[in-house]
Amino acid sequence: MTGQIELGLLVAQARKSFGGQLALRDVDLEVLTGEFFTLLGPSGCGKTTLLRIIAGLELPDSGRIFLGGREVTHLPAAKRQVNTVFQSYALFPHLNIFENVAFGLKARSFEPDEIKRRVGDSLDMLELTGLEKRLPHQLSGGQKQRVALARALVNEPEILLLDEPMSALDAHLRTQVQEELRRLQRRLGTTFILVTHDQDEAMVLSDRLAVMKDGQVIQTGAPRSVYSKPTNQFVAEFLGAANILPARRDGDQVVTDLGPLRLSEAPRWQEGRLAIRPERIQLEDESPGGAFNWIRARVREAVYRGESLDLWLDPGPVRVRTDSRGHLGPGDQVSLFFPPDALVALDDQPM
Amino acid sequence: MTESTGRKARKMISWRGDVRDARELRLAGLALAGPPLVWLATLLALPCAALALVALAARGPYGQIVWSFSAANFKRLLGYGLFGWSPDFLLILLRSLEVALVTTVVCVLLAYPLTFHIACRPRKARVWWLTLIIVPFWTNVVVRTYAWLLLLSPQLPPAKLAAWAGFVPPGGALYPSELAVYLGMVSTFLPFMALPLYASVERLDWDLLEAARDLYAGRWTVFRQAILPQTLPGLSVGLVMTFVPAMAMFVVSDILGGAKQMLVGNLIQLQFGQARDWPFGAMLSMALMIMTLASLALCRRRPKNL
Amino acid sequence: MDRKRPMVALTAFFSLLLLYLPAAAVAVFSVNSARIGFAWKGFTLKWYARLLHNEYIQEAAVNSLLVAAVSTAVATVLGTALALGLDRVPWPRKAHRVFDVVINLPVVVPDIIMAVSLTLAFTLLRQLSGVFALGMSTLIIGHITFQISFVTLVVRSRLASLNKETDEAARDLFASNFYLFRRVTLPLIMPGVLAGAMLAFTLSLDDFIISFFTHGPESVTLPIYIYSSLKRGLSPEIYALSTVMLLFTVLMVLIAERFTRRL
Repeated sequence: MTGQIELGLLVAQARKSFGGQLALRDVDLEVLTGEFFTLLGPSGCGKTTLLRIIAGLELPDSGRIFLGGREVTHLPAAKRQVNTVFQSYALFPHLNIFENVAFGLKARSFEPDEIKRRVGDSLDMLELTGLEKRLPHQLSGGQKQRVALARALVNEPEILLLDEPMSALDAHLRTQVQEELRRLQRRLGTTFILVTHDQDEAMVLSDRLAVMKDGQVIQTGAPRSVYSKPTNQFVAEFLGAANILPARRDGDQVVTDLGPLRLSEAPRWQEGRLAIRPERIQLEDESPGGAFNWIRARVREAVYRGESLDLWLDPGPVRVRTDSRGHLGPGDQVSLFFPPDALVALDDQPM
Repeated sequence: MTESTGRKARKMISWRGDVRDARELRLAGLALAGPPLVWLATLLALPCAALALVALAARGPYGQIVWSFSAANFKRLLGYGLFGWSPDFLLILLRSLEVALVTTVVCVLLAYPLTFHIACRPRKARVWWLTLIIVPFWTNVVVRTYAWLLLLSPQLPPAKLAAWAGFVPPGGALYPSELAVYLGMVSTFLPFMALPLYASVERLDWDLLEAARDLYAGRWTVFRQAILPQTLPGLSVGLVMTFVPAMAMFVVSDILGGAKQMLVGNLIQLQFGQARDWPFGAMLSMALMIMTLASLALCRRRPKNL
Repeated sequence: MDRKRPMVALTAFFSLLLLYLPAAAVAVFSVNSARIGFAWKGFTLKWYARLLHNEYIQEAAVNSLLVAAVSTAVATVLGTALALGLDRVPWPRKAHRVFDVVINLPVVVPDIIMAVSLTLAFTLLRQLSGVFALGMSTLIIGHITFQISFVTLVVRSRLASLNKETDEAARDLFASNFYLFRRVTLPLIMPGVLAGAMLAFTLSLDDFIISFFTHGPESVTLPIYIYSSLKRGLSPEIYALSTVMLLFTVLMVLIAERFTRRL
């Protein structure tokens, strides 16, 4: 393996089934040291199974796992420099907060002074000072989550795994915690791998993310590139809204139900589908005569969303997201411009 | 640690967060569970099975077991003796069954209101109620039963009241009587019904009860459709814990029912004690065992038809 | 059903009355001066004083407590080990079914049959080995035999209510087998273990039939002493003793409760 200095985690051809049901289908994954990586997908896509295999809580049926260049495929969790924040936090209900955080250090027989110092630092870092003597059931959801983080981070793991850590929090708290988590990761420089089904969370937090479906990773990349250049319909629709247009190649243009369109990158297929984000479609009252990628349309329905206005237009229907200050309503005539670089040719075949 | 991938011969599994050799794990489990299992097998399972053999043996002249197998004890149980047929033993078995059944039913009838009442108390009060139910058990069953004798004696108000109403002759006691036996039995077995039932009642989904109350008019329907299915696990444990010992109990009827109320428990004790007829005692034990298991099987079957 | 509440409460209190009348009667008659007969003849503590001089009763009471304490201690260890060995190992389904039958045996086998079986087992073992003469040891062994299962059942229900993620979190935090057991599993099942021990202790004190069959002439416990003196009628000393033992047990449990609440 070359260039493994940068590589924090390598998963090669991991396969896992439960009772005949395939949960992971030969998954490959590379996570760089120090990055915030997210496994994103709907429930049942295998993301938690993959996380548990990385943690050592589950053995893959086949395939290999490398941590920092060292193979750990058959090592138990206790022998991996990886710690986990569980979905339910799994705090020890009978131990107070100090004991909870000190658990991993005591298990490895650290010196009492060292334990005290490191636990104190961790609690400080997560603003939990003063709660040392409390029991888990006396804490709020947000506090529990920070204890779970402190308990994992105090061990200075190579990789921190987070299994849907926000799912038990209120919506308004979630945004705040996401920002804190991002800052924490930047400060520590530890590799974080997050599992979530929430695409906003994945966008906000990750350096890179992998979209999973049916036990497979179907696209990996930075949030910006995955969002703007989805390779298939599932990714396009799972990460935000998308217009999907069946299309056929004709010379240097692509013919759709809306008319001929030009793309900045020509598709590799003869017949397939295009995707375009609703907010990338530009809206004008009049179209410049003779220009390409302009289409006349009529508003069928307008949905006010506060920060934006969603329009459903005929022909199509095409969905356009625009400034909410606009005053368009059903029946209004408009011109749409499809920027060639906003049109993405999807790789997958129609289902 | 790449050598770990090479060991294909051992079947490694992930188990509660650890990676273990499946066989090693089972050996460790056997080290823990083995001694108590061997204990229960040698002192309980095997002797129970041996009883079946003894039941077919015969009694020697000095009370020893003579290993000549025959169905003689079974015939005797059915009532064929030297002096023709008499159903004495069968009647005793039936009477034991009747006492156990009535006791169990009364316990169920009392345990439901009791556990519902407890479940509706505040948290702290619930602990107190549960403790209160167990406390009387720290006096022995013989003493508690004898205490009923005191309570039902002629000098005390219950007996006087009964005499005034004409149920017993003036100056008479309320024992020996059926009432006394059932008072003793129910007060002995009620906790065995109430405690397991409470475990289920506490977890009852009260919203479902509300819904049921909205949907149906009758209390019986609410009970059958909402309460019974949800409390069935606790109820069935309670039924076993009550019915099984009630079937074999004889101290209570001995003390409160007078000498004429022979139950199968007395009979077995008699065979293993004064009569020194172990084979017939074993046959009676088998009969009791089969009746108990058959009743339990019947009551297991019922929930499925609900 | 809300209208029915008074009936529910009434039945609940009636049930409690049924449970407490005998115990209360014993306590009341323990301070009654009348030696024979059931009439109230005035308050006295002389039966309690006489207890101190009645060697038979004292010995029986000590034997009862000794049997209960020793058998409970052994049965709690064995029963807990059994629960752990069955629930913390991935046994195949078939093995589980066999284990379940063995565990449930003492629950579904009437105690008189258990007593008879134990008598048979002791007789056979005595013929084979020469030991197992009826006495304290057989009495204790007999009690352990019916206690194990009840401890196991209580501990298992506690084990089943524990979260699998707690174990995984401990492993993820580098816990060895021993560390996991000492710091996580044991403290978490402790309430179940104590509840099981309390149940075992209660069953031992309450038992009559198995004691009756497995005791020897030198190992008379209270229920046996009381049963054998029934024909003459119970003396008030026995009421006094029963009251003392009841209060003693209540005190023990209150102390145990205090102790466990800190866990």
